[in-house]
Amino acid sequence: MLRTILIILAVCVTAPHTSAAQDLQSLLQSHQRLVAKPSAKTVGVVLDDLASSGLSGTADFLEKWRNKDLWVRKEDGRFFYTAMAEAQLTLLDIDTGQVVGTTSKKHLKQIRPNGGVRKAIASALVQFQLNDPDITRRKAAVDAIARAMTADQLAPLEAAIDNEADADLKAQKMRLAVMLRASFAPTTEARLAAITALSDDISVDTRAVLNQILTTKRHAAVSIPSDLNVATQLMVGKDISSLDAYAMLVDANLAQPRVKASDIVSVLSANIENGRVAGTPVRLLDTIEAREKAYDSLAAAGAAPTRITDAAAQRLIETHVFFDSYSESDIRVTAAAKLALDGIETRVAISHAADLTLDALSLASIYFLAAIGLAVTFGVMGVINMAHGEFIMMGAYTGYVVQLFVPNYTLSIIVALPLAFAVTFAAGVALERLVIRWLYHRPLETLLATFGISIALQQLAKNIFGTQARPLTSPAWLDGAWVINDVIAISYIRIAIFVLAIIFLSLIVWILRKTRLGLEMRAVTQNPGMAASMGINPDRINMLTFGLGSGIAGIAGVAIGLYAKVTSEMGADYIVQSFMTVVVGGVGNVWGTLAGATMIGFLQKGIEWFNPSNTLAAQTYMILFIILFIQFRPKGIVALRGRAAGD
Amino acid sequence: MNTLLELSGVSVSFDGFKAINNLSFQIGEPELRAIIGPNGAGKTTFMDIITGKTKPDEGHVLWGDKATSLLGRSESQIARDGIGRKFQKPTVFEAQTIRENLAMALKGDRGPLDVLFHRKTPAGTSRIETVADEVGLTKDLARPAGELSHGKKQWLEIGMLLAQDPRLLLVDEPAAGMTPAERAHTTDLLRRMALNRAVIVVEHDMEFVRRLDCKVTVLHEGAVLAEGSLDHVTANQDVIDVYLGR
Amino acid sequence: MMKPGFLSQNQSVLWFLATLGMFTLGVTALAEATGTGALSTSFVKTLGKTLCLCLIAIAMDVVWGYCGILSLGHFAFFGIGGYAIGMWLMYARTESIVSESLSAAVIPPTDQEIVEAIGTQIFGVVGSSDFPVIWAFADSLGLQLLMVILVPGLMALVFGWLAFRSRVTGVYLSILTQAMTLALSLYLFQNDSGLRGNNGLSGLQNIPGFDATPQSMISIAFFWASALALGLGYLLFAFVTSGKMGSVVRGIRDDEARVRFLGYHVESYKLFIFTLTAIIAGIAGALYYPQAGIINPAEIAPIASIYLAVWVAIGGRGRLYGAVIGAAFVSLLSSWFTGGGAPDISLGVYTIHWTDWWLVLLGLSFVAVTLFAPKGIGGLFDLLIRKEGSR
Repeated sequence: MLRTILIILAVCVTAPHTSAAQDLQSLLQSHQRLVAKPSAKTVGVVLDDLASSGLSGTADFLEKWRNKDLWVRKEDGRFFYTAMAEAQLTLLDIDTGQVVGTTSKKHLKQIRPNGGVRKAIASALVQFQLNDPDITRRKAAVDAIARAMTADQLAPLEAAIDNEADADLKAQKMRLAVMLRASFAPTTEARLAAITALSDDISVDTRAVLNQILTTKRHAAVSIPSDLNVATQLMVGKDISSLDAYAMLVDANLAQPRVKASDIVSVLSANIENGRVAGTPVRLLDTIEAREKAYDSLAAAGAAPTRITDAAAQRLIETHVFFDSYSESDIRVTAAAKLALDGIETRVAISHAADLTLDALSLASIYFLAAIGLAVTFGVMGVINMAHGEFIMMGAYTGYVVQLFVPNYTLSIIVALPLAFAVTFAAGVALERLVIRWLYHRPLETLLATFGISIALQQLAKNIFGTQARPLTSPAWLDGAWVINDVIAISYIRIAIFVLAIIFLSLIVWILRKTRLGLEMRAVTQNPGMAASMGINPDRINMLTFGLGSGIAGIAGVAIGLYAKVTSEMGADYIVQSFMTVVVGGVGNVWGTLAGATMIGFLQKGIEWFNPSNTLAAQTYMILFIILFIQFRPKGIVALRGRAAGD
Repeated sequence: MNTLLELSGVSVSFDGFKAINNLSFQIGEPELRAIIGPNGAGKTTFMDIITGKTKPDEGHVLWGDKATSLLGRSESQIARDGIGRKFQKPTVFEAQTIRENLAMALKGDRGPLDVLFHRKTPAGTSRIETVADEVGLTKDLARPAGELSHGKKQWLEIGMLLAQDPRLLLVDEPAAGMTPAERAHTTDLLRRMALNRAVIVVEHDMEFVRRLDCKVTVLHEGAVLAEGSLDHVTANQDVIDVYLGR
Repeated sequence: MMKPGFLSQNQSVLWFLATLGMFTLGVTALAEATGTGALSTSFVKTLGKTLCLCLIAIAMDVVWGYCGILSLGHFAFFGIGGYAIGMWLMYARTESIVSESLSAAVIPPTDQEIVEAIGTQIFGVVGSSDFPVIWAFADSLGLQLLMVILVPGLMALVFGWLAFRSRVTGVYLSILTQAMTLALSLYLFQNDSGLRGNNGLSGLQNIPGFDATPQSMISIAFFWASALALGLGYLLFAFVTSGKMGSVVRGIRDDEARVRFLGYHVESYKLFIFTLTAIIAGIAGALYYPQAGIINPAEIAPIASIYLAVWVAIGGRGRLYGAVIGAAFVSLLSSWFTGGGAPDISLGVYTIHWTDWWLVLLGLSFVAVTLFAPKGIGGLFDLLIRKEGSR
């Protein structure tokens, strides 16, 4: 359907210019000499005729012509494309592309248009490609222009906008035209208008166009010349070091190069006579002052170039000006571009902040997922489980093993989530029954015993799965990212983790507040004796609570495994942060864990923002901050006060 | 009889619950005072405030001859000022011997370096033996405190307070879990201690309070409900209402 | 300073010192440089390192077993001590190498050129050549030795002051110390930490000024130094944990609030113990790493401090010799297992390689010790003594 419309449109466009020529060859033959020996002056005639012919092979022909792939047969002056076949050339008909025959090179002549002609052809070619019936070619042409913008593309591009059928491509063409106008429009007014039009677009290519307009060159001179469009005058010592300033003076032939320390050494070593240089014994030349003194004596005797002293260099720097000037000479254009760019930079900064916020949110979700299980075991039960990280790891490996058997990624994740819960729930219950229940009210001992478990589980995972990272592949529909603009983008997997975190938050709150299990859990933790007398079995409740917390760790493991690699040490990477999250947030409170995760996530991203290259430093400072934070709010953000908080 | 400790207009609340509500109280030196009150009357919080464990939201706590404020002083400073506290549950250092327990409590320098280079003195040893004799633990001096019976642990704790030689003694339910004979002994001990210092006894057991034979303060909902001799306060209609329910 | 009766009241200290002395003499008699050569130089080094581990283990025992602070940060102080001495070792040795190579130049080098060349040598691996501020004293052995004591001491003082002041106790304190350790090791892993990132400091076994002395001799010297440090450390801690101080410190472990109501400023005591043990840990590290030859941030990772707690728990908390037994027993056993010394066990379908399974065994035995033998190996001595007594 679309194709039909395009054909009709193409016909409409070309209809008024229908030429007598039926094919390319005959049309070219009518300008045989101009095609075979093209010159910049005459090529226009051929190009105009080709343009009005509407023949489908025109674009292809222009490309071959420009690329010197067009040959002429000496005997009849007909044009061919060729293909190499051993020593012979295979001739291809320029209209049909069919093999016409083979012949020796000596019967043919390659057509080699000069630079001017090639430029004219290229410009015409742009026009053809931009109007090509095939949308992929039009797109390619637009992309090609976007990659390398030149002044001569402007006219053909503008001409190709009105007839564009595809709405998206049309918008793209118009946008590109604005960019071209900003740089290359003939009048200042047109450029200013284009620049203003660009000022609310934060994309990278717009910024590139504006930066291109604002390209500067650095100069050193006696005074600022009036014919340059000066961007900024540079303060020596602030904008530019005096070392660089002096180097610029040397480059501009305004000063003599300074003698370097290494030059002094080589001059001195070349002038040793009887163990002395200029009368000074060599062994005394172990200070800079002594060396300079000896060198100056040599220079005074004419044996070396005179050394420019620091003071002299400083004087030279002070008597010159250093400045950046725009390559663009029109001051109105540069001013407008600068204004537009500043505006864009502000918006980019805002977008960056938004992007960072999203990043922080997803990091917070990961911390939350890692810590929420702990919030149950540590926060509600008061049991400290250092093997919690290993439960996360177990969940992730469960996901990995499931993927070994279930090749469909979507299905495998659906299977892995409950299975990971089941596996770590069982592991948690086993740990509670075998170890932890003997150690209630001995928190430090619990901490130690679970350390032992953690060490053993980590090594066990290493023995089974090896030390290299194992992949946990997310389904294809989670690949890619939600792109809001050139700056703000967030991968779907992070959104999924965020959603998972919210689901878990609601689930835990629901279990603790609304279910019988949650009620009994709170009863047992607050007063086990009373709870037992009311018919609640504290053993069973402790077991289930611990299993629940561990099971959540397992699910968190699958989620974290999707986002990071699965290794035997992944749990250890999260355990300290997880405890920090629970402690910072306030123990015994799910909302506190949420607050803690949010704070830590935002804090870490915030610190990374100041020093983006260094995640290690960000983590270091974050931990230091948390240590300080706990000084001032020892009971966390969401603190329980009074006697209920215990002593 | 000088005023040793004075609380005026003290209030403290936990999450909106007023545990102590505009409480005023004073005790002289020497004096024996019993504090009674139903559960949740704020007896424990009252002691927490005096010993610096809980900071009141408002009010003054003044101490000693110069009426210095105790607010803002740490628990250990207040203890060094001369306020000793005996907890409801006997808390002695079970892993250490009676002698070590008493030695730790013995009045003296409390700085880490003083303690590190502390030497045993004959005076100290004899003081420990005197205290042990007073609480009836002379024979047990070398035993670990953990091996003592519940009642003896209570006495050891009282002995530690004696060794501390405080000017004011706060005693929380000393008779809990004691045999009648032990109770009688404890009453004697408290009365003897009150001869030259202030002693505040918090107790549920009316019989025990009666035997102390001293001024009684009744706390209710964080404030003083009545004060006077036991017979006087038990005749008070408010007190009867509180204890028997309306 | 010490009470005359101190040693006579603590006969176990005399026993320990006598055993340590005998052991030192025995090893000397069997070593390559000074004796029959039955013990290889590398084994002497292993024994010397083990003595240093015993020293930090008794420090850990005092802070945890006596004072009740389960610090998961003492290995960080150990590492800092190692780094402090490592900086001097590396600087001084590089200086001698650089001076030698520059002395061949026609024009004698300036001091600045020498320093620059040393900087390039040391920091080339992290793409730098400038000396960070923390290396300001690296050229002075005396100052750097002072750093061995000052840096861990000050760190412990500041950290402890903050933590104890706000009454962070129990597992919270443990987690906080672990976080401190993690922060330190993450910091050191950075290339711009000024301590060569994850390359760490190396070549520490070469003692500047003793280039001609064979390693067999150096190993004995360090072995003696380690034994001396352990002996003195043991004496110091035995003194601290005896008498009234010991009584107060154990009181803090068992019931902090009660000690406070007796009028003791608990925070000062904790801070004193925390800082003192941190300093001893730093000294132990400063003796350990020249014998190990290399130190890098992985040594400081939180897991190292956890192993330290494991040693002390297995050896027996609350008794100094227990910590020594635990550290020596577990660390030597650990190197026997991980070094491939233990024979593999063939189960037909599966062969147990101890290099893979040792940590599983250690982890599980640690759980078993916590559950069934809270007094550790030291608890066995109690049983023996009780039997003797009942006979």
